[in-house]
Amino acid sequence: MTPRFALPARILHWLMAALILAMLLIGAGMLSTTTARYPELLAWHRPIGLGILILALIRLAVRLMHRPPPLPADLPPLQVAAAKGSHYLLYALMIAMPLIGWAMQSAGGYPVTIWKGFVLFPILPHDIVVYGLLRAAHGLLAYAFFLLILGHIGAALFHALVRRDGVFESMAG
Amino acid sequence: MAVPIRILPRLALIAALLAALALIFAWVGGWIGRGRISGAAVADVLQAANGKVYPGFRRAHAKGLCVSGHFDANGAGAVLSRAALFQRGSYPVIGRASTGGGDPISADGRPVFHALGLRFALPQGEEWRMAIDHTPIFVVSNPADFVALQQASIPDPKTGKPDPAKIGPFVASHPETAAFLAYMKTAPLPSSFANGPYYSINAFRFLDAAGTSRAVRWQFEPEAPFTELDKATLDKRPKDFLFDELLARVKQGPIRWRMILVVANPGDRTDNATIRWTGPHRQIDAGTLVLDAATTEAAGNCRDYNYDPLILPKGVAASDDPLLPARSAAYAASFRRRALEGPKPDAITLDYQQGKTL
Repeated sequence: MTPRFALPARILHWLMAALILAMLLIGAGMLSTTTARYPELLAWHRPIGLGILILALIRLAVRLMHRPPPLPADLPPLQVAAAKGSHYLLYALMIAMPLIGWAMQSAGGYPVTIWKGFVLFPILPHDIVVYGLLRAAHGLLAYAFFLLILGHIGAALFHALVRRDGVFESMAG
Repeated sequence: MAVPIRILPRLALIAALLAALALIFAWVGGWIGRGRISGAAVADVLQAANGKVYPGFRRAHAKGLCVSGHFDANGAGAVLSRAALFQRGSYPVIGRASTGGGDPISADGRPVFHALGLRFALPQGEEWRMAIDHTPIFVVSNPADFVALQQASIPDPKTGKPDPAKIGPFVASHPETAAFLAYMKTAPLPSSFANGPYYSINAFRFLDAAGTSRAVRWQFEPEAPFTELDKATLDKRPKDFLFDELLARVKQGPIRWRMILVVANPGDRTDNATIRWTGPHRQIDAGTLVLDAATTEAAGNCRDYNYDPLILPKGVAASDDPLLPARSAAYAASFRRRALEGPKPDAITLDYQQGKTL
């Protein structure tokens, strides 16, 4: 039997996969429109972002406590490096994106409303220039995140359909 | 390395799945498919109608100054909304008085509407932001018409002025816009920021403690008696006369308005800001807005906020007016742009730097 990721790691992976993909689509969708979809999607963007931040921190702890299954011994060094590097980036982005969102809304002088009546405290002082830079970073990193996820899915399917080496099953099985 | 022929279909399948995901993302983001109006598109057309980009300034209502004070709630508004602002008490307010238009150094001597951005600080970090105008109606009823009107107003490169051959047909086919322009032409303009009313423009939904939802508009009615601006001599007035008058007036004492909540009658339109609610309405006086300080933008603390009318506390929500989400999205786009460009000193500060005295 193929070695698999620990059960908490697998649950967190698939739950967060759904949330992060939803989040990227919500972000792209809300910026595309001036209809009532705009405030509706924006109202979802903040609580889901906070949820992803909390889950990502739990996941980081799970990752540090449970060693993931080893990569196949015959995987070329370049693919090993790509696998390791992309996973560092994925972890960095799933923690950084919600933090940047929270920080930029703080710097923009906006109330960080998770839902009506529940407002998070600001984590940066009001500074419109800082807001402008963080907001630009939030958008650019979102595109980078989406491309990284496409690469991640492509690699997972490559393991599943072409190499058939058990890497896909270690998370999906 | 030659790819074995038998895995080609599998690689094609992977590529097709990734392409499908990318297409879904592009469709959701509005890059492909039917034309959608984004907040950025509204900011774009405002820039075009302004004739140029003024970096660091709002794409509309570019000229303004800062005000601050408080709102004294008498508790009467609580029958309509559980918003904290309507609980008896005093709440800090900052705001920004502005004139319409995208030119930050425009002269005040033109038939232009006055606006007020307000930010009410409520307990538990809640806020209520408003962007209110001295006109009870708006110039168009929906974002598509707003974009079309701005497009028709883009200055002709030859004359530097809007082309009547483009504006004319728009106004002719939009009686509500003709009505607004007629209102601006015939209705008396207040002679000061301080002696005119300010209207919520759009309808909103108020939720009371029992969960009942009602459509409400509101207006701030000035304590100072209304006096009319002499439109005949407008172009002879000093460049910043409206703003200078406000700076000087606040030094004499606080300026006050009553906040009057107006409850919709059955049949009142909540989705069209070009239509006034006429006839008798249930009105509630919710308290007094007191502005006791005014400074230039450069010296004050109001410029770097976005007076997004959809930043609302619990007990208040958007109505079905299509202008509300469009205002929210467009203001956000303008805020993103001017933030990245970096704020600049305002017209009144620049004039003082050049030796003007109040």
